[in-house]
Amino acid sequence: MRPVIEVKNLKKYFPVANGVLHAVDDVSLSIGRGKTLGVVGESGCGKSTLGRTIIHLQEHTSGEIFLHGDDISNLKGKELRKVREKMQIIFQDPYSSIDPRKTVDATIREPLQVSKRYKRNEIDDVTTELMELVGIDNRLRMSYPHELDGGRRQRVGIARALALNPDFVVCDEPVSALDVSIQAQVLNLLKKLQQQRGLTYMFVTHNLSVVKHISDDICVMYLGQVVELCPSKELFKNPLHPYTKALLSAIPSIDIHNPNKPEILKGELTSPINPKPGCRFASRCNFATEACKQPQKLQEISSGHFAACCRVREIQ
Amino acid sequence: MSDEIKESMPFLEVKNLIVEYFTSEQTVHAVNGVSFKLEKGKTLGLVGETGAGKTSIAKAILRILPDVGARIAKGEVWLADENITRISEEEMRKIRGKKISMIFQDPMTALNPVQRVGDQIAEVVSLHNSGTKESFKKRAEEMLEMVGIQKERYGDYPHQFSGGMKQRVVIAIALACNPELLLADEPTTALDVTIQAQVLKLIDNLKEKLNTSMVLITHDMGVVATHCDDVAVVYAGNIVEYGSKEQVFDHPAHPYTIGLFGAIPNLGRDEEWLHPIEGLPPDPSDLPEGCSFHPRCNYTTEECKAGTIDMLATPDGHQCRCIHMDRVLKGEV
Repeated sequence: MRPVIEVKNLKKYFPVANGVLHAVDDVSLSIGRGKTLGVVGESGCGKSTLGRTIIHLQEHTSGEIFLHGDDISNLKGKELRKVREKMQIIFQDPYSSIDPRKTVDATIREPLQVSKRYKRNEIDDVTTELMELVGIDNRLRMSYPHELDGGRRQRVGIARALALNPDFVVCDEPVSALDVSIQAQVLNLLKKLQQQRGLTYMFVTHNLSVVKHISDDICVMYLGQVVELCPSKELFKNPLHPYTKALLSAIPSIDIHNPNKPEILKGELTSPINPKPGCRFASRCNFATEACKQPQKLQEISSGHFAACCRVREIQ
Repeated sequence: MSDEIKESMPFLEVKNLIVEYFTSEQTVHAVNGVSFKLEKGKTLGLVGETGAGKTSIAKAILRILPDVGARIAKGEVWLADENITRISEEEMRKIRGKKISMIFQDPMTALNPVQRVGDQIAEVVSLHNSGTKESFKKRAEEMLEMVGIQKERYGDYPHQFSGGMKQRVVIAIALACNPELLLADEPTTALDVTIQAQVLKLIDNLKEKLNTSMVLITHDMGVVATHCDDVAVVYAGNIVEYGSKEQVFDHPAHPYTIGLFGAIPNLGRDEEWLHPIEGLPPDPSDLPEGCSFHPRCNYTTEECKAGTIDMLATPDGHQCRCIHMDRVLKGEV
């Protein structure tokens, strides 16, 4: 089956004062219909930029992007607008991603009006349907964002993203700003909507328990590059890349009788500006050797399990 | 012998603490009668959601609530054998930073952006110790090295450091005078997991070395499980469950605690759906009558909706603020 989204050798560089910042560097991946790809990594690893670049919120530097097999990499103007209806995004912070001067109704209605797909009287009905879909009471229809709590605001953001029935949705840390009890409500909602509408998600987050819960496949990023890519369960059972191992061991376990022993990494993320060729994790890695100074390719280690580490077979 | 008795005495005791914020129109009941004890060298985790009153508890202990619009309406805070809610501001100033210090949540705003980080550490040292400028500087350099920053960076400004490094500076300031009690308010929430692991390890090591007691405020059950001895679950300004980590994690007795555990995706389990707690935390300016959790609770009966609900002992000896504890423990709903 054709994947909904496919990305080949995608690069996004930002020119900065003292060089070039490699935010996304040579990323290739694909997501099938109704599936969720989780993208994890620490702040500054380029995971949000990847999501935004795919849906053309930012122009890519080079590489190719396909939607349902059609090359959309270089679309502009009218054609891009048409394609955009199929690709939407839910933002991290429901406090700043919604216009504070628009009511719930106006926020959800806006994409419907812009698309010119519906007549004026139809728009009312579709808006009502959308509010029901995401579980916002009709009595809140004329409320402003400041009158809503974070969970409800995020529901408004979800309704707006789903208004034009997209195929592909980038969820950029949609629950990071929410409390745990509310976070569970929103995660369940996203999952239910995916099942009802066959949505394809790219779920960007730094929260590994959330990503395990929601994703079919997981892609681990480090300084703009994919270091490991495999099915979700496989990643947690059998992490291969030294960075993934350290990342997983650092999650504090809630099982008090089986505490995990975190592997403490040296140092911090190095700068993504003018990076040297070779493995970007090498300076913090306990297994680094001379060979790590060569560029690392993502290679299939076992069926469906990719990792970008030249020493991956030796260190298991 | 006498040392042993001292060791088992609570080092910090908070009794029936009530904190209110008020405007001309309304009163916000942030903390509503919180009591707990902490022994020397132990860590108590205060867990709860945004707005539960966790930070207000810590600020009340340190007496750094805003001067206008906030007050400790009732309650006592005992540090060893001294009631520090009663002492003068001048005496309190000698305790802050020396006996009790606080690690603030957001390292981006906790530091002074126009002062060299080394000087910020030396300032605390100079306030509480006598000595020369050089000796303060030397102590600040020691502290930087202790938290894993080269002392050559003494003269750098906060913006020259990453988030994790800034949090280390905040920790260095908090620990510079070897405090006996550390109030850590979400010390790692703004950090990535690998950096969080580094920082928590650092706090653990320093705590062990100095036998510091700690109140660790967090919303992350994983951090509680790995770094605390005792746990107090806070909801709407009240402790609803309180006991040792083993008691609370193995036999949670309050519906809210159980709800919190159900709402977190568990790495050890594969489950299709999470179990969110329905509804929202109450508005602290308009708390429900009776048990403040009753509008969201599956066990609610008429008795829950009126009067005050007291802390009760659970079968395994910890405390829980729920009159239907027996039904909850049997898992009836």
